Amino acid sequence: MAIEVRIPTILRSYTDGAKAVDAKGATLEELIGDLDARHPGLKARLVDDAGLRRFVNVYLNDEDVRFLGGLGTPVADGDTVTVLPAVAGGAR
Amino acid sequence: MLTIARELVDKIVAHARADHPDEACGVVAGPAGSDRPERFIQMENAERSPTFYRFDSREQLKVWREMDDRDEAPVVIYHSHTATEAYPSRTDVTYASEPDTHYVLVSTATDEPEFRSYRILDGVVTEEEVKIVEAYG
Repeated sequence: MAIEVRIPTILRSYTDGAKAVDAKGATLEELIGDLDARHPGLKARLVDDAGLRRFVNVYLNDEDVRFLGGLGTPVADGDTVTVLPAVAGGAR
Repeated sequence: MLTIARELVDKIVAHARADHPDEACGVVAGPAGSDRPERFIQMENAERSPTFYRFDSREQLKVWREMDDRDEAPVVIYHSHTATEAYPSRTDVTYASEPDTHYVLVSTATDEPEFRSYRILDGVVTEEEVKIVEAYG
């Protein structure tokens, strides 16, 4: 078993159009590393030097990982990780 | 061009007025690939701010899953500007990421709210015509 990662429309160019792909790892950081090995370029769209990019939301099952342990959040087989573009903006 | 039912325009404007002076935000979902906004979804502005909005991330996950299950897309993503015109700010452009979404801006800065729509692609803003209809043909 692996961990299912759900990919938003905007990033499907990295996954040959796939809505969901499998990856492995013990933490979110390892998972994203494995994801990038399978789909090069994806990592840079999710993280920068400071950690998770503020333009994306990453969820472990039903919870935003920002409320868990961020990139250090443990993940396990059978989990689902969902990536969504953050929707934000405003007058300033 | 955005073609949208008057009933939905009224709901968006009413939401923007109700939350004034804070920015209001939400989605109008429609069948995937149809480009037809149908289902009005008022969202929480997690920032509760007059100059910034952000969808609450948990609410967003719930709504996006629901759309996925119903084979819908976010045809319209709307928000309000409460002291400036209904034109995308630099922040709006930076965050915009859906190539097929109509980004609707409502300004409540004046008595008669402005209602305008844009495509935002790779940092380029293109205003489009808004056609308000009584019902979809």
